[in-house]
Amino acid sequence: LRRSGAGLLVTTCGLLRHRPGGGGAYWVDSQQKRYVPVKGDHVIGIVTAKAGDVFRLDVGGSEPASLSYLAFEGATKRNRPNVQVGDLVYGQFVVANKDMEPEMVCIDSSGKSSGMGIIGQDGFLFKVSLGLIRKLLAPKCEIIQELSQLYPFELVIGMNGRIWVKAKTVQQTLIIVNILEACEYMTAEQRKQALAKLSGN
Amino acid sequence: PGDTSVLAGLYGPAEAKVSKELPDRAALEVLLRPKVGLPGVLERSREQLLRQTCEAVVLGVLHPRTAISLVLQVLSDAGSLLSCCLNAACMALLDAGLPLSALFCGVTCALQPDGTILLDPTARQEQEARAILTFAIASSERKVLMATTKGSCSVEEMQQCLAAAQRAATTIFQFYRDSVRRRYSK
Repeated sequence: LRRSGAGLLVTTCGLLRHRPGGGGAYWVDSQQKRYVPVKGDHVIGIVTAKAGDVFRLDVGGSEPASLSYLAFEGATKRNRPNVQVGDLVYGQFVVANKDMEPEMVCIDSSGKSSGMGIIGQDGFLFKVSLGLIRKLLAPKCEIIQELSQLYPFELVIGMNGRIWVKAKTVQQTLIIVNILEACEYMTAEQRKQALAKLSGN
Repeated sequence: PGDTSVLAGLYGPAEAKVSKELPDRAALEVLLRPKVGLPGVLERSREQLLRQTCEAVVLGVLHPRTAISLVLQVLSDAGSLLSCCLNAACMALLDAGLPLSALFCGVTCALQPDGTILLDPTARQEQEARAILTFAIASSERKVLMATTKGSCSVEEMQQCLAAAQRAATTIFQFYRDSVRRRYSK
């Protein structure tokens, strides 16, 4: 929704939603796969290049984002973080508007890393649509609760549509990846059936 | 009716080459591939028509210095190809979630030698017709975004064709609405 002149203009197609609290807010819920950087979003980026003091990360938007080597917890000019080309980094945007190159940091406003930073070895990165990400990040997500009863696993969700999963064995990781990808189109019933079949095996 | 089909793929907003990027808006690029053979001059002129129509509705100022590419592949052609491409382009823009200020649809009118107006003609009817007019009509107040004519006709006949096309546009917009509703109800 955008304001044009005296009225409102709808710019994307989707379902119109309304939140009654506070002043009330209307927004259009649309399904997309392409990510547009927004300030404050936590995303998973892939390091593509090291240019002096700054890393270039691919976040799936129209431009690569930049990440300074000092933007990690406990990093100083002497103590550089160990980041190689091809590493996965989880951070948040500190500058993200349409006119400038997006910039990311791996520390929050108080200087702590709070779960951000370089993502370790192994694990599997895959891409889903933004609608599924929003569903997974909702406060009580059934999909994640049901999956955690199946196997223990580590999960990092980026708002740019990327999810990183690591479980104990490669096979378990792949099973989780397949379920998450299929969750987009399955209803709750089908999902419960699929999980019941797997936990029976 | 129903034999012309076009497959549309939209990519973007993606990184644009420095030579092609515009500083204040998105650079829109359309590629039309015919069913057989290499793209020729006819495809190029259609690409430009589509590009100008899309630029009028896409809010390019929200994504400066990016490139939006639209690729259209003709699967089968049984008449009214240009308006089929217009409709496919609009649905691709809708589906991808790009910010648009209005929707548009394409309607083809064939003017037969005896003066009757035929909407969405087949290839046979197009060949027999005296003039073929294609209009791109916007969803806001049915304004005309683009008009192309092949053949000759008088001004009154063009006005009549335009009125008929605007009426037909309502049906097409209803089809868009139904398709989107089906997609979001899953």
